[in-house]
Amino acid sequence: MKVKQIVEKLNLKIVSGPKLDQEISGIYIGDLLSNVMAKAKSNNLWLTVQGHQNVVAVALLVDLAAVILVEDFDFDQDAIEKANAKGINLLKTDLQSYELVSYLKDMGL
Amino acid sequence: MPTKIIEKEIEKLDFQSGGEASSQLKNKLRKLGVTNAIIRKTAIVTYELEMNVVIHSEGGVIEASVSPENLEIIVSDSGPGIKDLDKAFTPGYSTASDEIRKLGFGAGMGLVNVKRYADKLNVETALGQGTVIKVIINFN
Repeated sequence: MKVKQIVEKLNLKIVSGPKLDQEISGIYIGDLLSNVMAKAKSNNLWLTVQGHQNVVAVALLVDLAAVILVEDFDFDQDAIEKANAKGINLLKTDLQSYELVSYLKDMGL
Repeated sequence: MPTKIIEKEIEKLDFQSGGEASSQLKNKLRKLGVTNAIIRKTAIVTYELEMNVVIHSEGGVIEASVSPENLEIIVSDSGPGIKDLDKAFTPGYSTASDEIRKLGFGAGMGLVNVKRYADKLNVETALGQGTVIKVIINFN
């Protein structure tokens, strides 16, 4: 499943979308960067409430498919600029993590 | 003879550049044809060490060298040194401030992750002077 398919189906807002054709391998949920670094797998979606630029650094280092900010949290402007420059997809939704994951599971993830 | 492939200064509290050295190193290793598994280990180790310098130190330098057998990463900073090394390697222990924790750092897993993914790890630290951490990651 590609990032653009979940964007369309779940009406996610694209904050930065340089690689929407990226394949998704699974999901990781968390707000502690060290845990994400160690446990998220490449091409995972990362659901979090952290919207600062170090999130982009982590996503880049472990090759994540996209970062999704839940509960209508916002990305910082410098995070958005960095994501566009480095090719990281940033998405957002007003859904909570559990709701979003339920929908993603229904879609087959 | 090892070949140095990266040397980068890290500034205290420079969150904007945090992760840059790790990212550069990752790209170099990819060009050298290093496997994804080794690149992942390296990215985790260098990012943790890089952010430790950003968050906890007065600034430092990260260097990485390759030989046919392994990758050597040396991260040195100019203080303040680690007060209690045993605690620093205890999962969940952190001295990060509330402000830093709000950013998702300070999980107390930084050095724990470094130890987990390093094939060899050496830490030299002196209070008021600084810390030098050397990590070896084997290619095989």
